Amino acid sequence: MAEMTVIEAVREALREEMERDSTVFMLGEDIGARGGVFLATEGLLEQFGPERVIDTPLAEAAIGGIALGAAVNGMRPVAEIEFGDFVWPAVNQIIGEAARVRYGTQGRRTAPLVLRVPYGGGVRGGLYHSQSIEVAFSHQPGLKVVAPATPYDAKGLLKSAIRDDDPVIFFEHKRTYRLVKGDVPDGDYTIPIGKADVKRTGSDMTVVSYGLVLHYCLEAAATLAEEGIDVEVIDLRTLRPLDTDTVLESVRKTSKAMVVHEDTKAGGIGGEISAVIAEEAFEDLDAPVKRVAGPEVPAMPFSPLLEAEFMPSAEKIAVAMRELAAY
Amino acid sequence: MLSEQSSSTKPGLPDNDETQVAGSPDHNGVGPPPLTDADLLEMYRTMVLSRTLDQRIWQMNRQGRAAIVASAQGHEAAQVGAVRALDPERDRFYIYYRELTTMLALGITPLELLLGFLAKEGEPLSGARQFPLHGAIDRDRRDIVSFSNVVATQLPQAVGVALADKMRGEKRVTIAYFGDGAASMGETHEAMNFASIHRLPVIFFCENNKYAISVPISKQMNIESVATRASAYGMPGIEVNGFDPVAVYEAVGAAANLARSGQGPTLVEAVVERFLPHTSDDDDTRYRPPEDLEGIRDLDPIPATEKILRENGALDDALDEEIKSSAQKIVNQATEDAENAPFPEPHDFYEQVYAPGSPGDQS
Amino acid sequence: MATIEIELPQVGESVTEAVIGKWLKQPGDAVEKFDALVEVVTDKVSMEFPAPHTGTLKSIVAAEGDTVPMGAVIAEMEVDSATAEAAAAAAEVQAEAPAPNRVGTLIQGANVGPTGGTFKDTALEEQLANRTPQASPAPDSTPSTTQTAGRTYSPVVSRLAAANGIDLATVTGTGRGGRVTKQDVQAAIAAGPSTTPTRTVTQDGPVGEDRVIQPSPIRRMIADHMVKSVSEIPHAWSTVEVDMTGLVACRTAQRQLFRERHGADLTFLAFTAYAAARALRDNPLVNSSWEDGKIRLKGRVNLGLAVAAPDGLVVPVIHDADREGISGLAQRIAPLVERARSGTLELPDVQGGTFTLNNTGSLGSVLGGAIINHPQAAIVTTESIVKRPVVISGPDGDAIAIRSMMNICLSFDHRIIDGAEASGFMQSFKRELEAWTADSELN
Repeated sequence: MAEMTVIEAVREALREEMERDSTVFMLGEDIGARGGVFLATEGLLEQFGPERVIDTPLAEAAIGGIALGAAVNGMRPVAEIEFGDFVWPAVNQIIGEAARVRYGTQGRRTAPLVLRVPYGGGVRGGLYHSQSIEVAFSHQPGLKVVAPATPYDAKGLLKSAIRDDDPVIFFEHKRTYRLVKGDVPDGDYTIPIGKADVKRTGSDMTVVSYGLVLHYCLEAAATLAEEGIDVEVIDLRTLRPLDTDTVLESVRKTSKAMVVHEDTKAGGIGGEISAVIAEEAFEDLDAPVKRVAGPEVPAMPFSPLLEAEFMPSAEKIAVAMRELAAY
Repeated sequence: MLSEQSSSTKPGLPDNDETQVAGSPDHNGVGPPPLTDADLLEMYRTMVLSRTLDQRIWQMNRQGRAAIVASAQGHEAAQVGAVRALDPERDRFYIYYRELTTMLALGITPLELLLGFLAKEGEPLSGARQFPLHGAIDRDRRDIVSFSNVVATQLPQAVGVALADKMRGEKRVTIAYFGDGAASMGETHEAMNFASIHRLPVIFFCENNKYAISVPISKQMNIESVATRASAYGMPGIEVNGFDPVAVYEAVGAAANLARSGQGPTLVEAVVERFLPHTSDDDDTRYRPPEDLEGIRDLDPIPATEKILRENGALDDALDEEIKSSAQKIVNQATEDAENAPFPEPHDFYEQVYAPGSPGDQS
Repeated sequence: MATIEIELPQVGESVTEAVIGKWLKQPGDAVEKFDALVEVVTDKVSMEFPAPHTGTLKSIVAAEGDTVPMGAVIAEMEVDSATAEAAAAAAEVQAEAPAPNRVGTLIQGANVGPTGGTFKDTALEEQLANRTPQASPAPDSTPSTTQTAGRTYSPVVSRLAAANGIDLATVTGTGRGGRVTKQDVQAAIAAGPSTTPTRTVTQDGPVGEDRVIQPSPIRRMIADHMVKSVSEIPHAWSTVEVDMTGLVACRTAQRQLFRERHGADLTFLAFTAYAAARALRDNPLVNSSWEDGKIRLKGRVNLGLAVAAPDGLVVPVIHDADREGISGLAQRIAPLVERARSGTLELPDVQGGTFTLNNTGSLGSVLGGAIINHPQAAIVTTESIVKRPVVISGPDGDAIAIRSMMNICLSFDHRIIDGAEASGFMQSFKRELEAWTADSELN
């Protein structure tokens, strides 16, 4: 067991999987000599060579399409999009093609690729280095979408993603890279895709979250505990397929539910979770489902007060929790 | 003999046995073995079968049986020539919707193709989940792939496929087919760029029929030939008369040799004409001048190839009659069988969204 | 003379077509305006369509069993020129103002192919025609797995029940798995303190213990009104027997014709309302109100009819009932009672009443003592019509006959009315009721 940050956990997973399986290779901008702009791939070029750690031209569509072609032809590519804000040219190949390869060929071809995507804000990233773009992918059947919040989950889930036989979009919240530190087992372990994790048990309400703001939810829950309100916090970990069973079991216990995400509210995954709760646990609800999410502006502004206005915080979340508790 | 008579690369380039390859700094340009009469006869047979099937699917669309059909009429020689230069058992074919002749040349039967056009049960690329010619053939049989109708997405994919082969040290060629319209897509350039940087075994095969639906080549690009783009990426580009199956064979064969010997990709442009509208949903009288449409049939590669074979003594009336009537019989039988086949039922509707048994699998 | 077309009018909001039933007139028949012309059947409404004009039915265009859209021509009539001109003018007015088709209609056969063409799938049509129809899966009626052993109530059910004093434990649930739906609660509210004998209040809970029911707001209103009436008005009562034999015979004989002529049912209520209205006109003191120490004689006879409605007893009013013939009353009573029973009365329907008539006989009562509808002066009940052996005095002496006898019971405000005036009214009422015979001409 070692204590490490999220970025270190990601790097360790990549290294171990590359060592374990020679069909695993990586491609992306700046991942080789530079070791990645976040140093996610530091040292990997030296260890595995340029054939398996490829610095690509500045061409996201090519990154997506080439990863897809290689995956179809027996490899397990791990492609990196440098910032989620730049993923859109790759969407033609990932959502348009990779998601549908298996279904469109009745399984005669499959696409076991991983697309690693740093996302999210709170890093003074402005409109184009802060975006949450998860739902574009979580809406698409045929893709799996993973978004860990902790080093432990990041390593285990990235390994599962690389070993998965379907295209997996692996979202890494860039602020968690160095902000979140935690224990990570040495050596090989995997965490199953499609399983949420109860990070804090409680009886008064269920709070569902993922990514950076999961940690803010935990902070808010600790504050509320001192006020005598017992909050259960669920980390989704996977956005597609959603682990609705874990969420519903919790809601049936607490009868109050809230979803918290950094992504903007309208059309965000909070709406999907609210709908599932309404469909499946209506009779167990003692209050309407609440959502705390990003505001309806196109992206997160650069200047610090404006950025803070956008970002959920432990305080904002605590206020919502108190409102829900009082209903 | 054959290659001399029919070698018809662009005027200005040396006219000799070895197909000249322009643009590449270290081109070897070693051509494929010359074609025999028997080879050409087989190619002719495939072209006739393709034309017969092509006419039939168009009919079937007008009868309300085939929802959407794209014709390969005018492209037959180019498609048959390219396949002849490659190894159907070893090489990989990333096609698009107009590759009817290519499919027949690779051994996909008229019945199988008709099952696709009629969206029937047993269609071998996608189980009729996709438009005709889309999906993938069983890997054990042929590596023929077309994942979607989205234009040009197959080019970066073909590059990725070739990258994997190179990483494993496999001497296979991946050919990516596309049209003049796809040549404008950003992904086409990204693909060529990457393939050239990493010297990947890819043949970019452009069938330039001068129209992307209704947009003529003059509005598609400000250059005369797609092949000249190759030099921008540091790879060889060959423009060839797409009506001449032997010329196409030689060009693709040279490109294949480069690829197999680790010398990287080539852009081959086969110049053809599109005898029919873009698809059965199109009406080309809306945008093509009538003189255009009348003149192009004179260039038909099938009678032109017939003429050469006859002149070489490889084809007489009896044999030609046999080839044509046999093609008709095959197509007629395939039509009947395909009409009798049922539509697929939705009992496996949720299968193969994800790997069976994996999270998210609902089948 | 001119020929005009008869069109099927819009009979209901969401009804777009109707089936033609039996033609009640044949070509060549003389037709009076409002005569029942043809039966028309739709999902929601089964009705007799009255002739819109007077004339002769010339031809039938839509035959029995035909389905026709609203507005379609169903017949032709010969009418006089004046009528024809009026009809044409009316049609023009309608034609000038067509409702804009904002929704749009689907154009049958307009095809769109996969990429913009006009492909029409003939193979699919054939396959579908040859398929054996698959039974569509039955809607999932299994109880939700989340339902607990006890019943759960949705927020709207809880809210409605609390606001209307409904004990949800007594409500039968018709929703999935037996759950109580919003409609179930609304029905329970509507059923309320009904007069139907079938409604039972079950006694749940341990035997011998009391159970408390919260009255609905309507029930409360009724309760307060009753208290006010009895505490303010000194009630006195008078009962008179009425021989209804002639009226019964009249009704039996003339019912069918009456319906055909007037398009309304000839009910007992029509007769009694008619009689009561006339009796009130002749006995104005009974049609009055004690107001601040003065007696206000009402200028109009606005006859209230007590009707059992979903929320409780309501009294819709026939204003100027004394000016109507029986047919007029019958035609006005039917829709009013219907509105009362369906809970769709409007304010004007219940305002301005000067006297109340209550047909308690329909419940089997033979004698009653109703509470006056404050601030009126009196209320009369018509009790059950019962066949009794009665002594009839004739020229040859007394004989016993079987007669249909009905008691009428008056409760009156003794501040305003004494026995004499009460009796005067009752005798007038009785006289009117006993005047009808099988041959009476009903106006």
